[in-house]
Amino acid sequence: MIKSAKNKFSTYSSSAAYIFLAPALSAIFVFFFIPVIAAFIISFTDFDIYALGDFSTVRWVGFSNYFKLFDDPLFWQALQNTFYFVIVTGPVSIAVSLTAALLLNSKLVKFKAIFRASYFMPVVTTLVAVAIVWRFIYHPKFGIMNYLLSLISISPIDWLGDPLWAMPAIMLMSVWKNFGYNMIIFIAGLQNIPEDLYEAADIEGASAWNQFRFITLPMLAPTTVFVSIITMIGYFQLFAEPYIMTQGGPLNKTLSIVQYMYQEGFRWWNMGYSAAIAFVLFFIIFVGTLIQFKLQKSDNT
Amino acid sequence: MKHFKHIAAVILFLCIFLSPSCSKENEGDKIIKFWAMGTEAEYVAKLVPEFEKQNPGIKIKVQQIPWTAAQEKLITAFASDNTPDACQLGNTWVPQFAYLNGIVSLDKFISSSPIIKKENYFNGIWDTNVIDSLVYGIPWYVDTRILFYRSDIFKRAGYDNPPKTWAELYDLSKKIKSLFQNKDKYAIYLPTNEWAPFVIFGLQAGANILKDNSSRGNFSSEEFKTAFEFLIRFHKEKLAPLGISQVTNVYQAFADEYFSMYISGPWNINEFKKWMINDLADKWKTSPLPSKGNNYPGVSLAGGASLVIFKNSKHKNETWKFIEYLSKSSTQIKFFNLVNNLPAVKEAWGDSSISKDVYMKAFYQQFENVAATPKIPEWEQIAFSKIQQYAELAARGVISSDEALKNLDKDVDIILEKRRWLIGKEK
Repeated sequence: MIKSAKNKFSTYSSSAAYIFLAPALSAIFVFFFIPVIAAFIISFTDFDIYALGDFSTVRWVGFSNYFKLFDDPLFWQALQNTFYFVIVTGPVSIAVSLTAALLLNSKLVKFKAIFRASYFMPVVTTLVAVAIVWRFIYHPKFGIMNYLLSLISISPIDWLGDPLWAMPAIMLMSVWKNFGYNMIIFIAGLQNIPEDLYEAADIEGASAWNQFRFITLPMLAPTTVFVSIITMIGYFQLFAEPYIMTQGGPLNKTLSIVQYMYQEGFRWWNMGYSAAIAFVLFFIIFVGTLIQFKLQKSDNT
Repeated sequence: MKHFKHIAAVILFLCIFLSPSCSKENEGDKIIKFWAMGTEAEYVAKLVPEFEKQNPGIKIKVQQIPWTAAQEKLITAFASDNTPDACQLGNTWVPQFAYLNGIVSLDKFISSSPIIKKENYFNGIWDTNVIDSLVYGIPWYVDTRILFYRSDIFKRAGYDNPPKTWAELYDLSKKIKSLFQNKDKYAIYLPTNEWAPFVIFGLQAGANILKDNSSRGNFSSEEFKTAFEFLIRFHKEKLAPLGISQVTNVYQAFADEYFSMYISGPWNINEFKKWMINDLADKWKTSPLPSKGNNYPGVSLAGGASLVIFKNSKHKNETWKFIEYLSKSSTQIKFFNLVNNLPAVKEAWGDSSISKDVYMKAFYQQFENVAATPKIPEWEQIAFSKIQQYAELAARGVISSDEALKNLDKDVDIILEKRRWLIGKEK
């Protein structure tokens, strides 16, 4: 008797849960799953500008968009650029954020709120405005960057015009623009570390470095995993910085995967091809995330 | 108190959202939606009241769309059946929308129009709107690329007149370069992120840019190769600056003698006037482009914007009336005086406001010899992504011109695969 009443209650409550979830789920279904599935299907067709005018010109091309992609030097260039950006900028930006967070969390620093706000400022500033200012900073003749270099007698660099330096220039700007966000997350992580651990370590006579190495880093591990995954995903989707600063140039050395996808899709309306690029990128990010989880797990054991 | 604030916000929002956007509209008025780009949109709105006065019952709603996102916006509008009645289209976009079946042919309107006639326009410009012998757009304003140059530096290099042939252009560039012992000055600005000079010189050399009914690239042809190598030589011999980032401000660089020649369009005139001031004011001039042989002026590109009517428009006749109004010589002169866009109607050029402008003569001369780029929807992609990509690679000496053009043809053939399939299907 009691059992059946309980069952009844639980089915009742789970259907109530579904009703409450329904609006959110249906929104996700309509605005997320359907487009993703549609894009997946489109990636096997040659949907393009002709197809937009006359749907009967769409051809089912199987995997040929993907094969074409692996044959496309521009795709490999974009892939290489993106990896270069992620591999360098990711760790650098995490290291900078962590350093800034440690400094701001230290008891010695005064006016913490001001520093925190000013480090966070670039994150909330419109990228277009930031990019314009940085274009001035990087100007080969009048930019402050080359002026500073000239003080230590380094000859001027054509930052955005030299194929070798364009990507590092964008990396530097991205680190500056984004480190504040991760810094805030790190600060939150640092503040969650119980103070008594440090007190105990002090009593035991542990050095500052050892405290950092054996208390701060391990205690921050979950935060670091979160930050590094979010950062990696975000950096793989590099788009706006090169789009505004260099339009992918010079010599396509700053062309990112997402920018290539955007060009193919929305500039030239090769939707099929563009969708194929999107799924390759999805696959790369997916694998990257899995690897990070794996590394994290082996770290813990 | 908090609740009150929320309610107030909602009411305010509803008021703004639901209030009629134009209170002057009467019941039964026919509303024409007209999309224009950039500054044109701001100023065309000033021409609207007179049209509405002359044509009671028709209201024009001008919507401004930014140039940079114009094409994306228009195609998105087309894909979602939200196109306006009429629009300003860059004339290289006309083929795209004609193939998309988004705009209508205007021949039946033209045949009975007292105002719009083919002979009122420059031949090369009119031709850009003709696709498979049907007319899809009416030229609204025109542009083309000519030579902007520093007459004072030309004089110092021993040239009293602008170059009339390729040989003169090259010789003059050499002389300008040796004039400035300083390495960081150049003769001509030929940025590789502008495809136009490459196509212009190709056309001047007599090249067919595409072949086989515009379904294959023809860049490896002898003619195009001659032109391509001619331009790349300017980069190789440091007569033209390589990077585009060195020139953040073209006008300032021109004033600083960083380069003495620039092949560009009428949109630069006002800016040059702004930067070339005081004793520099009379030191810059315009001339038509040199030619390969002796048939000066050499051909340039037929650019500008056309007015088109969208297929989904419910008021095509009224829209046509508005296009006729914009195409009247008097309206064209007014528009020129508002935005300095060069009038498409030849008669308007006789007006003193245009004919007395010293920079305009070169344009008029050039418009008599302009040609259209290939009229296929893929052209923009070929020009902006492929020609620029390979021009840059060759200019920087990463690959040879031969290799660049061969790869360019290969890439273009891939882009045009669908077109070949469609042509094959029609047969």
